[in-house]
Parts: sequence; C-alpha cells; structure tokens
Amino acid sequence: MIRFLLYSLLFALLGACASQPELRGSNDLGVVIERADGAVLVVENSGNTVLHRVEGLGDLSHASLVYSRDGRYAYVFGRDGGLSKVDILRGELVTRVVQSGNSIGGAISQDGELIAVSNYEPGGVRVFDADDLVPIADIPAIPSAGGAASKVVGLVDAPEQRFVFSLFDSDEIWLADFENPQDPQITRYAEIGRAPYDALITADGRYYLAGLFGEDGLALLDLWRPEEGVRKVLEDYGRGDEKLPVYKMPHLEGFASASNYMFVPAVGRHEVLVIDERGWSEVARIPVAGQPVFVRARPDGREVWVNFAFPDNDRIQIIDVEELQVVDTLRPGKGVLHMEFTPRGDDIWVSVRDDNKLVVYDTRTREAVAELPARSPSGIFFTHRAGQLGF
Amino acid sequence: MHRFFLRSLWALAAALFTVSAGADEPSAERREELAHLLEQDCGSCHGMTMKGGLGPALTPEALTGKPVDFLVTTVLHGRPGTAMPPWGQFVNEAEARWLVEQLKRGRFSD
Ligand code: HEC
Repeated sequence: MIRFLLYSLLFALLGACASQPELRGSNDLGVVIERADGAVLVVENSGNTVLHRVEGLGDLSHASLVYSRDGRYAYVFGRDGGLSKVDILRGELVTRVVQSGNSIGGAISQDGELIAVSNYEPGGVRVFDADDLVPIADIPAIPSAGGAASKVVGLVDAPEQRFVFSLFDSDEIWLADFENPQDPQITRYAEIGRAPYDALITADGRYYLAGLFGEDGLALLDLWRPEEGVRKVLEDYGRGDEKLPVYKMPHLEGFASASNYMFVPAVGRHEVLVIDERGWSEVARIPVAGQPVFVRARPDGREVWVNFAFPDNDRIQIIDVEELQVVDTLRPGKGVLHMEFTPRGDDIWVSVRDDNKLVVYDTRTREAVAELPARSPSGIFFTHRAGQLGF
Repeated sequence: MHRFFLRSLWALAAALFTVSAGADEPSAERREELAHLLEQDCGSCHGMTMKGGLGPALTPEALTGKPVDFLVTTVLHGRPGTAMPPWGQFVNEAEARWLVEQLKRGRFSD
C-alpha cells in the first residue's frame, strides 16, 4: 500500500515536470515580415493561423530571411543592417546583431554553418557564425577597377560551400569559396553587363543568373564551369523599344522553372520572359498587367503567378505554362507585395500591404480560403525553403 | 506605435491647417496619400525611413545644399540612365514640391 502511494506520488511529480509545450512538426510553418513594425509573425499553413508575433527586429522595410538547416531558426535580414535569429518554435528572438548600415538580403551556406549578408552601406558581404552570429569574414565590394565599394545584390548560396553575389555599381559577379571560412577564395568576373539588380540560382545549383537593370538581357555563370566566365543571354529582348519606367525593382527569387522553361520578369517592359534552359534562348514574351516583380512557379510547375510594381500592385496574374499566356487575374487588395506557395502548392499565401492582411488562395479553385490580419505585411517565407538551394 | 502616433498627429495638424494652406498646396486628404506614397513606394528604393537603399538617402542631411527646384524636377521627370523613375504621371508639381519639402524637413527620417 505504501509502495503504491509512493509510486503514485512519483508519477504525479514526473507528470508535473513534463508539462512542456505540445510537440509539433515544423514543415508547415512560416514567417511573415510586418515591414512597418519591425516584427514578424510565425504562421502555420495547415490550419492557416498565426502562432506567434516576435518584435524588436528593427527596420524591416525591405527584409528577407533564410532558415537554419533544421528549419527551426529564421535569420532575418533587415534594412537597417540588423541580422536577427528567431526561434520559430518558441516564438522568440534569440540573437540580434547590427552588422552594417544598410543591408538587403542574405544566404546560408550549404552546410548550414555560415550566414552571409549582402550590404548596400558599406557595400560588401559579411559572414557570421550561424550559431551565435559572431563575425567570421568581411568582403568589401571594392570594384576590380578600384573606387568606392559597390552595393551588393543577388547573394545566393551555391553547392560546395560557395556564395555568389553581384555588384550593382560596378557590373561584376563574385564567386566566394568558403571551404576555409577564415580565408575565403574569391573569383571576380568583371563587365558582366550594366547594373545587375538581383540574381537567382537554379534549383540544381548549377546556374547563377543575374538580371540587368542598365541593359537588356541577363548575365549567366555556369558553376560547373566557372573558368568559362560569365556570358550574356537574351541580350536583345528589348532592342529598339523605349523602356517603361520601373517603379519598383523586380526580384529574381528562386527559380520559376517549369518543363525546362524559366520565367523571369522583364525590366522596363510589361512582360514575363520565357527562356529555354537548354539553349538559353528566348521562347516567348508574355504580356502582363504591369512591371512584374515576383514571378513564381507553382511547385508542380503547371502555373506561374506574377505580381506587379506600383501602380499595378493590386493584382496577381496567373500564367498557364502550356499555353504561355495569362489565364486569370486576381485582385487580392491594395499593395500586393509577395506570394508564397505551400510546399506542395495546394495553397498560396499573398501579402496585401495596404489592406493589412494575408490572403490564402486555394490554387485549384483560385478562391480565397482564409484571411489573416497582419500589419503592413511583406515577405512570406515557409520553412520548406530550409532544404532548398538558393533560398 | 510611435510612428502611428506621429502619423495621427500629422493628420490632425494637416486637418487643422487646411484652411490656411496656400492655393496649390495639396489637400489634407491628398497629403495623407502622398505621405503613404513616400513612405511605401518611394521607400521601396530609398528606405521607409529615407536612409537609403538602392536609391540614395533622402534625409535632410543628404539633401543639404540641393535646391528644391532641382529635386522637384528629379521627382517629376526621374533621372534617365539611373533607377530613379519619373513620377509626373502620379503627382503634379505642387505635390512633388510638397514631397520634397517633407523630405527636407526630415518628416520621414526618424
Ligand atoms: C526604383 C527605385 C526608386 C524609386 C521607387 C524612387 N527612387 Fe528616387 N532615386 C532613385 C535612384 C537610384 C536615385 C539616384 C539617381 C542618381 O544616381 O542620380 C534617386 C534619386 C532621387 C532624388 C534625388 C536625390 C539627390 O540627392 O539628388 C530624389 C529627391 C528622389 N529620388 C525622390 C524620390 C521620390 C519622392 C520617390 C517616390 C515618389 C522616389 N524617389 C522613388 C531610385 C528610386
């Protein structure tokens, strides 16, 4: 009897100690930037709810983030040069450093141990330990021809522990090999085309493609053959025509690729360009409602969803990949800033800045299935990015 | 929160002073729209607090010594050959002048 009582007591005590938060998976989680408030929302896309709001991340007016390789931590890159590590399971800010005056984006190394941040001011790339955000390397973007440091854009991670980025002001692409993080080896490619504004790496990590603002075309670096240098593709897609004003720079996020076709925003033209990856030739130009900003392929590659710069930023257009034309236009609200598909593409989340909301669409019916309040939301990032190159 | 408070204060001040505003000063309502445009859409290149991004900083310090007329022309017509687009289709001259004055006063840089 006494023994029974003792055991009961023991179990009761153990039970009390074990009252931890309920376990959950992380592959349906995401982080949404609230750009005006320096806060992020941790969301989940199974039931479409907000789990946490994390504050104190500084100026997030042009923020982006990457995930740790286990998908638990988000590294948020803020406009004010802040780099914040957020534990999305606990909904807490873990560490934050202000690493420069003005930054734009970042990347995580293939092995998950290094966080690289690209900066406008002072122009360059800084690299930190992913664990505690202690600085490891600093690469000022001093142009090969000398002069002031350039703004750095289009920073991505590449296989074999490398980072690739572009120099907006000096028309260069740099390939940095971090096999030895204390002594990165840098290969510089000059005169790649005028004013690269952003870049992407293909899903297999082979091709780095930088969009050019100062001229037509894109700059292509084959990472299997870096010794061959950078070449231009689609050099004359806008030849002869006057460019339309660009009220917001397009983004080359990830890789809108489907059936060997790649979809990228034209610059200064209201078109989405379709490139055949096998020969890097132009397949089509699809007329759209405005200057495209994000061009994103549904994960199965069947459709491509596009949003637009001011003043057409109240719309999303959907391109059918077989027909190569716009098949639908949605109007989620004012200031559509970003779109993110759920991992298998059943839904897409859209941030609508001026209406202070997130809208979730079922991609099959194209009906809105949920709306969540969010203050001035911009980027939406789901955790499945943790396992993808270039995200 | 701080910014929201400031914005409300501005809206209130704007409303109070509408009567005394000059002939081609934008209306209070229009000024709200312009403030939104400046913060959000100009902000996408110049930063929401005008400290710079792809475009240069537009803080009072950064604009010191640059004539208002010159900056108004930049806003209306853009700077060909750079990423600064022309805004003349969306704002008239008085509105562009108002925007530049706000920038010079540092209303958007905190
Ligand atoms: C797509 C990017 C972009 C947007 C959006 C943009 N600007 Fe600019 N802006 C620039 C760039 C780049 C420059 C620098 C041009 C140069 O090199 O001379 C500039 C320059 C300026 C200047 C001149 C600054 C100086 O020191 O001479 C002013 C004033 C200005 N912008 C105001 C605005 C206003 C007001 C808006 C919104 C109505 C706006 N800009 C939106 C990119 C942009």
